[in-house]
Order: sequence, then structure tokens, then C-alpha cells
Amino acid sequence: MEIESYNKLQKSYAELGKMEMIEEPGEEVVRVENLRVAYGEKIAIDEINISIKRRYITAIIGPSGCGKSTLLRSINRMNDLVPGARVSGKVYFNGVDIYSRDVDPVFIRSRIGMVFQRPNPFPFSIFDNVAFGLRVNGFKLSKDELYAKVKDALVKAALWDEVKDRLDKHAYSLSGGQQQRLCIARALAVDPEVLLLDEPTVSLDPISTARIESLLRSIKDEYTIIIVTHNMLQAARVSDYTAVMMPDEKMVGRIIEFGDTREIFTNPRDKRTEDYISGRIG
Amino acid sequence: MGNQILIGTGRRGVKLKKILDKLLPFILSIAVFIAVATIVSLLITLITTGGHRLSWNLILNYPSSNPEEAGMRSAILGSIFTVGLSALICIPLSIATAIFLVEYSRGGRLASILSYNISNLAGVPSVVFGVVGLGFLAYGLGMGRTVITGAFTLAVLTLPLVTVTCVEALKTVPDDLRQGAYALGATTVQVVRRVVLPRALPMMLTGGILGISRALGEAAPILVVSGLLFIREDPVSLFSKFTVMPLQLYNWISRPQPAFVELSSAGIIILLLILLALNALAISLRQLLVRRMEQLWR
Repeated sequence: MEIESYNKLQKSYAELGKMEMIEEPGEEVVRVENLRVAYGEKIAIDEINISIKRRYITAIIGPSGCGKSTLLRSINRMNDLVPGARVSGKVYFNGVDIYSRDVDPVFIRSRIGMVFQRPNPFPFSIFDNVAFGLRVNGFKLSKDELYAKVKDALVKAALWDEVKDRLDKHAYSLSGGQQQRLCIARALAVDPEVLLLDEPTVSLDPISTARIESLLRSIKDEYTIIIVTHNMLQAARVSDYTAVMMPDEKMVGRIIEFGDTREIFTNPRDKRTEDYISGRIG
Repeated sequence: MGNQILIGTGRRGVKLKKILDKLLPFILSIAVFIAVATIVSLLITLITTGGHRLSWNLILNYPSSNPEEAGMRSAILGSIFTVGLSALICIPLSIATAIFLVEYSRGGRLASILSYNISNLAGVPSVVFGVVGLGFLAYGLGMGRTVITGAFTLAVLTLPLVTVTCVEALKTVPDDLRQGAYALGATTVQVVRRVVLPRALPMMLTGGILGISRALGEAAPILVVSGLLFIREDPVSLFSKFTVMPLQLYNWISRPQPAFVELSSAGIIILLLILLALNALAISLRQLLVRRMEQLWR
């Protein structure tokens, strides 16, 4: 897609308040080419090449400190917010290089949502948390439309039944697992094409974790999901594709293997992948 | 062996640590006592020397050479006028500066140079600000030795103190919240307005209170800017001549008659009361904000 038509699209998104699902599943939605991210002098990840398919779940696994989060954060330009971070290489979103000068990172972030390691709901009510993205993105919605969108997002995030009677209560009155699902609902409310999840269950108990995993499977028909995890079983349970990252001898993170999840876990090509998934390293 | 761990014998220095643990609150309470005793003895001295001079005359009358009639009306009005105006100038400026430093030039070079300079500014003797006010504002810009010049001088004087508090207030807002908002496609303005400021505002107001208290007690820079110790008219406009309470007190205390020394003690009590009232006002304003934020909890 050309930049010009892309900007037009950006405008029409804002006017329509929703995107039309015209794209086919399975086609490439995000492509990363030769990506390198450095923080000051330190190169965090290098020579990253990966292709993300629409409406599939892609997992990025690897030991701590291998740059999984850095890779994830360069897909929606969250690294822009880190002082001293430098990005080179290309990240294409629907064929548009998101690091080109004409692309507005704020718009990219409204199309590529993100959920973080620790639940970080805003200190507002449950309703206002979910409505936040709709409000800041300038969707012109009536009260009923806003309510419908908030409800829709909470239903998708499998939280609606638990909170429908107390939408005006403070978000901090929810449990940790509920807060994380609220954060997922908050991201879904803006109707992004891609949802990035940065170790979303690392601070949660097994039951909450299972809930989030099942909700991810239930929304994958509508959204493209990229999940970073260092829980290999989680990757095996939820993802269709898996990328394995590993730091090299200079602690620069690289993708050592990428492919079908089943293939990676049953028949890894790289010796290090085999060692990692069998628990010998990491 | 289990017992040994429980009792704690056999480990070196344990007994000493325990004694220290018991002793520490005692040592600390001595420090508190010294601070409290100083204030209490000061108050007692003030009340015993000046208590009987407290009267409505003191507030309502102009200064006079007759101690029975002398009041500090012009000084009280001058103080409230200049300090209030300086707060109106200083607090928004400080908040804006802090937002620029923390939210926009995140950890950049410009930010660190600026923060360093602001901290240094806090250490500059206040009389220097008075000289700058007189030279630059009063004569350079032709604003004269007036209320507005005094207000700007006090504003600049309190700016570093208030800015530093505002920066700290912004830094207490968890970065998680900013990231969450940015990740939803919020612009920096939206992040600041909707997420950061509501959380930081109460602490910023605390900074404002500190600034007001400081400005209210300043004598030196106003002495340079206004130059008046004795004035028998109310400040009615931004370009009125004025004096402030600390200067009036300084005037009385330097007179030979004991009656004026007593008056100055009474004046100090009034200064303290006004300070307390201003602080109470600011604190209740802050509480109101906090309560509005926490309303959702229930």
C-alpha cells in the first residue's frame, strides 16, 4: 500500500470508528527485515527477519534477556519512547514501512495494540479503562455506541460476566488476572489488527493464565496475535507459529529458528532450540 | 540447633544490633524533641512578649509612630497581593517546566542540563533575585518598584523549589501507566492530561504550598525591590507601591521603643496565622482533589 492511500485509510478509520475485515487470513500482515535495535552502544537484537501471518498466533520464545520484548516493542514503535534506542532495518505493516518518515507512530499504535507483563490498568473505573482508547483516538460515538463497544471488548476478553454489574468500580478493585484481562479488553476496544502480548501471564496464577490462553484462542479468528513468553509450554499450547530467540556470544539477540509450532517442538532443526525446549538451557 | 537460631546466640554482633534496635527510637525522639522544643519556645516567647498587643488595630490600621495605633494593614495586603500573584505566576510555570523535562525531553541532554541549572538556582541567595528584580524588571523593563515587580521576583525565587517538587511528582507516576496509554494510540498531550497529571497534581500542589510559604517569609529580595519599610496606603493595582509583612516587622523590631518590639512579636503571630491559613487552604484543596480521584474506589 502506498503511503498516500495509507494516510487516507488512517483518516477513514477515524471517521468510521471501525475497520472493515477485507483481508484474507494467512496473508502477511507484519514483516520484519534485517532489524537491529541498539540501546546506546549496546546492540540488543540484530539481523531479525520474521513474517507474521494474519489471524494466527505467533509466539516468540527464548531465555531472559534475549531481546524478545525489544523485538515486540519495535513492531508498534514503543521503542521510540526509550531514550537512546536506535532502530535500523525495516518493519512492514500491511506493506508500509512503519519507520518511514510519513508514518505517524501514534496511528501505528492504535492499529497494533499491546499488553504488558504486569497488568497496568489506569486508575479509573473499569468502564473508563476500556473506553480510554476509543476516547483518545477520537472516535465519535454516542453514549450507546460507546457502551456497546466497551461491552463487546469485555466479552471478547472473557471479563464481561464478572464485571457487568460494577463497570463504574475502580479498576484496582479487580484481581491481578482480571486486571490483565481488562488490559486485553482495553487493547481490543480500539479494534487493532495486531495484538502484541509481552509475557502477559508471567505475574499470574495458573488459573488466570489458563483463562487468558483460552481467550487468546477464542479471539484469534479476528486478530493477529504475537505473544512473547518464556514459558515454552504456553507457546506450545496457544501458538501456530513459533520464533526461537537466543543471545549470541556478545549477548545480541537473534532468531535462531522460526516455523510451525508443532515442527519446532517435535522436530527442532537447531541444536540450541532442542536444548532450550528440553530444559537444558535457559 | 533449631533453638540456637531462634535464640540468636552464636551469631556475632546480634546482641549489639538488638540494643541498637531498642536505642534508635530513643535517639530519634531526641532529634524530634529538639525541633519541637525550638518551635514551642519561639511561640512562647512571641506570645509572652507580643500577645497583649494583638488587636484589630494591628490588622486594620496603617503603620504609625504611635505604637498604640500602629497596624500593618498595608503590609498584610502587600504580602497577600504579591505572594498570591507570584503563586499564580510560579505554579503554572513550574508545572509546565516539569512536564517538559519529564514527559517531553525524556532523559535527554537538554533535560539534564536544565534540571542541573534549576537545582543550582535553588541555592542562589534570595537577595540576588531581588537585585535582578530591581535591575531588570523595575528599571530595565520599566515596571517600577511595584507590586507586579515584587510578584515576579518572588515567582522566580520560588520557581526552582516548586519545579523540583513538580518533577518529583511526575516521576512518582508509574511508567507502566504511560506505556499503557501510549500503546493505545494516545498522544503525549493525552497521556499527560488524562493519565499523568491527575496522579501528580496533589503532590504538585504540595510543592506550590512550599513555594507560597517561602515567598511569604522573604524579606531581603522585597527590601531591594520595594525599598519601603513604612507605607500608609493600600496596594490597589499591579503598579502600586507596596511593602510586605517581614519588612514591616523588620522596621518595628529595629526601633528603640520596647512597645514596637512587642508589636513586632504580635505581627509575627499574625504572619504565622496567615501562613497557617494559606497552608490549610492549599491542603484542603489538595484533599479535595485526592478525594475526587478516589471516589471511584467506593
